[in-house]
Order: sequence, then structure tokens, then C-alpha cells
Amino acid sequence: MSGRDVFVVADNVFTPLGKTTAENFENLKQGISAVKEHSDRSISPQPFYAALFDKDEASLKDKPYTKFEALLIASIGDALRQANVEASDSKTVLIISSTKGNISLLETEKYNQELKERIALPASAKLVADHFGFVNPPIIVSNACVSGVMAIITGMRLLRTGQYENAVIAGAEVISEFILSGFQSFQALSPHMCKPFDKDRDGLNLGEGAGTIILSTNTKYSGNIRVLGGGISNDANHISGPSRTGEELSFAINQALKDAVLSANAIDFISAHGTATVYNDEMEANAVALSGLAAVPLNSLKANYGHTLGAAGLIESVISVRSLQENTILPTLGFEENGVTRPVNVVKSALNTKTRNFLKTASGFGGCNATVVFGK
Amino acid sequence: MNCITSSCIISQGTVLKDGHQLFEKKGIDASAFLLSVYQHFGLNYPKFYKMDNLSKLGWLASEILLKDTFEKENYQSEQVGLILANQNSSLDNDIKYFDTLKYIASPSLFVYTLPNIVMGEICIRNNFKGEHAFYIQDQFDPGFIETQVNYLLDNDILDACICGWVDILQEKYKAVLFLVEKQQGKDAVRFSAENMDEIFNKA
Repeated sequence: MSGRDVFVVADNVFTPLGKTTAENFENLKQGISAVKEHSDRSISPQPFYAALFDKDEASLKDKPYTKFEALLIASIGDALRQANVEASDSKTVLIISSTKGNISLLETEKYNQELKERIALPASAKLVADHFGFVNPPIIVSNACVSGVMAIITGMRLLRTGQYENAVIAGAEVISEFILSGFQSFQALSPHMCKPFDKDRDGLNLGEGAGTIILSTNTKYSGNIRVLGGGISNDANHISGPSRTGEELSFAINQALKDAVLSANAIDFISAHGTATVYNDEMEANAVALSGLAAVPLNSLKANYGHTLGAAGLIESVISVRSLQENTILPTLGFEENGVTRPVNVVKSALNTKTRNFLKTASGFGGCNATVVFGK
Repeated sequence: MNCITSSCIISQGTVLKDGHQLFEKKGIDASAFLLSVYQHFGLNYPKFYKMDNLSKLGWLASEILLKDTFEKENYQSEQVGLILANQNSSLDNDIKYFDTLKYIASPSLFVYTLPNIVMGEICIRNNFKGEHAFYIQDQFDPGFIETQVNYLLDNDILDACICGWVDILQEKYKAVLFLVEKQQGKDAVRFSAENMDEIFNKA
């Protein structure tokens, strides 16, 4: 890598499992899942399993904001309260990550010019930026399910080069009929809580949530966890199916390690994408093995949270940062027996062990792969 | 020095490469125009017909951008990437997908409800496997694109990068792509926000 060191200053995870990172982490350690069966005919004619907020969740009804924006505001607000970082500082940038943002408005509002502008992600980003008083124009990443990891990598680089001193990086996703029907049409959803890397895995669950991480190059944080490197690649194979070999995700992992100036044996655990679809987990296991990481403890939080799409990279990175701080590698709920051709070391129950560095991976539609490395 | 070795604009019935108009057809809708571009340039890629209009627009612009300009054999697939942005994400296709929900959800439309799919299509066509990213901006921000692309080229993450803007919403569409390479070709222009902005505003 080149440039300044980038430190983690504060964070938040806001999900159906809790409103703070600490609350979420405690529930994850106990193996609690937010995934349950829902019968909500307003979003699906059939019952489905997903991790959704309670419909009465007051903090997400913060008018005039939409649920998506209220979710971002709740998450960013909690992270900013812990940090000594000013949103209005000209050295601070806001980065937002989401796949579909306000798309649910198509379901409830009349389509016209005004709605078109309201759905566009820049409208939400501006409202959120104005709410906190950010002065720089927000950056928006929308790159399928790697958006969250990509947003962290984008922020890390803007800080390394000195363009900004602080980055507030937040991702959020709301599940509505639009997204749910699409995954149903793909027959990608599991009819129960998902089982990452398991021999009986049969699809994913969707989930709602937000995550925020605040990064800074200010050396007063030099004792904190650091973002060490990132890598991104494309499969160039298929727009809706992953690579058959995993070589491209492996390339992204190797790029991230190179950027972090770490060898594979310095990685103490992997926070996998682990969606529990047959093809994703198989590809991911191949990639992990190709990068020489097959023996490294690995987890997936998808049975706890469902797949939170554009928020997943942030939520799972923040939780894993907490794992580093507490030297506790979280278990993979839903996993019982290895179900991938090249076995990986899936963590079944919480591991208390000294940890230095972890790797977070993500892959998504469009053949995208992204990896980020954090360390002490 | 990083240079713009080629540019391509497809906007409202017109196709330009390196500032020269190559094709024009006015008075037809966006879908018909994109098909006429495909036919005019004699392209043969059956996957084109399955793409949504955002992917067709970006894919066509990339074909014209690279044709007779890009020497693919000089590059490894992992060293070529893309940095694209637009205003309306995939809303053009999102509306079409949403309309199918009245009857039966279409998986072939759903897959295009993400803006980065256009990059996936370009990567599949050319076997580009390097870094790529899609950003949403309320207007073309050449300064941001310049920063991102220079980081990738100057840190040897990429050796060549396609960057720019690909936006469509119903009948309003504009794609402006730049091929950025480290070595200078005979018609190379310095890669900078100002030069991108100047080319962008020609259409």
C-alpha cells in the first residue's frame, strides 16, 4: 500500500437484532437469528423467511424521511455520537452504499417526474448529508452485493491519498416487494433459515439493516483497528451466476493481501459472503482455497441477518472489527456439515482466540468480487 | 502520464468517436435507436438482444470506443477495469421489471435492476477481470472519476481503464466513455477532469 494509515474511529450496526454494534454483537455471540417466517401479503403472496424490522419500529418512521433514509440516519447518528468527528468539517466525506435505496416507493406512490427524482439515490444522499450538515458532496456506491465492501475501499483510498481526513461510510437496504419478488423469481430464496456452506443449503434469506463505519487518518487514533487493504475483480463469466473456478475472487483476495502487505498466514479469520446459495458458497470456498486460506476460521452471518445486499459489506465488516477487538470469532449459524467440494474451516461455535487481522469478502450479480482487510 | 486514447459518445440519436460523428438517426425511440447503432456498426453478439437499455447503451459505447483503438493483446485481463457513473441507476429497467409484477415477475428483467450489470456485460464481452466500480452522481463529476482512475493506474492496480458516464431513463440517454491508458497513442489527450468535461459537453 501507499499513503497514510487509515484507522477505524467509530461504528454502528442497526438491524432487527439491535440498534448498536454492541447489542448486535451480543446477540450474534448467543447465536440469535433475526430471520423468521413472514406472511405479509403486501410484499409477497406466499409466506417467506427474511430478517425484517418490526413494522412499528418508531425510529424508522422519522418523517419526512423514507424508511431507507431513516435507517441511514439512525445508523450514522449513532456512529457520529461516539466519534469526535465533525460532519461539517471540510475534511470529512460521506459515502453511501445501497443497491436499491428508495425503490419501494414504486410500490406505494404514483409514478411521475417527482417520484423519479425522489427514488434516485442522490436525493436520499443529499437529505441524509443535509441532516448531519456534511459540506462535501456525498459519494454513492451502487455495485450490487459488493457495494458495502467497495464503499470501504473507496473511503480508505480517499483517506490514504489525503483528499479527506475522515470518511463516514454507511450502507442500508430495505426489503420490499420489488426485491423479494426478484429473488423469488430466481428461485434463490431458502424456504427456511439459510444454511451457509452446509451440505443441505438451498438458498438465501433477505434481510434489512444498516451499518456505518467512520474512518480517519488522524494519528490520535493510531491505537485503533486499521483498514489495511482492498481488492476488487470481475468474473467476466456470467451476469447472474458466479465464476465456476473462484479464480477471480481469489485474485481480489490476493490483491487485498498485497495492498495490506500481509501474507495469507497473517489472516486469523475470514468473514465470508456465504449467502447459502449452492453456487456462491462453492465458488467462495474454491477462492479461499486457491488463496491458501482453506484452514483459516471462516464465518458467515447470513443466517443471523439474511442477505442485506448493499449494507452487508458494512454490517459484516463492523461486526468483524468488534470480533478483533474482543478476540472472539463468531459462529456460523445454520451450518452443520460441510457442503462444498473444497472444504473450508467454517466456525460452528464462538472461538475465543487472539486475533490480529481478518479478511472480509463479498461477491454479487454482474460478476463482481471485493475484499477488504482489517487489522490491529 | 495517463492519457485518454479514445472517447465515444452516444447521445440522443448521435454517435461520436474521438469527436467525429460516425452515425446519426433522429426521430426514433431509444430502443429502436440502440438497435440501429448495433446494426449500423455490423456488430454480431446475440447477447445484445437480452440486455436492458442501460446495458445496450454502455455496451455499444464500449464496442465503438475499443474498436480499432484498443490493443487487447498488450494487456492481461486482470489489468483492465472500469469506473462508471450515472444519475438514474437502473431505474429505466426497474420500472419495466416492476410492471411485470402485475402478472409474473421476470427473472430476466430482474437481473438488470442493478446499474453495475452494464460493466459485467462489457467484462464478459472482452474478458476484462480487473477492478471496476459503479457510482451514482446527480451529474457527471469528472474530478471524482479522475481521482479514482488515477489511483488505479498510478498504483499499478490497472494498466488500462474505461471510465465515464452511462445514463438512460426512458427517452433520455447519454453515454460518454473514455479509454485511459498509461502510454501515449498518436492522438492521445492528457487524462484530466478538464479534458473529460470538454469532451462530455460536446454532445
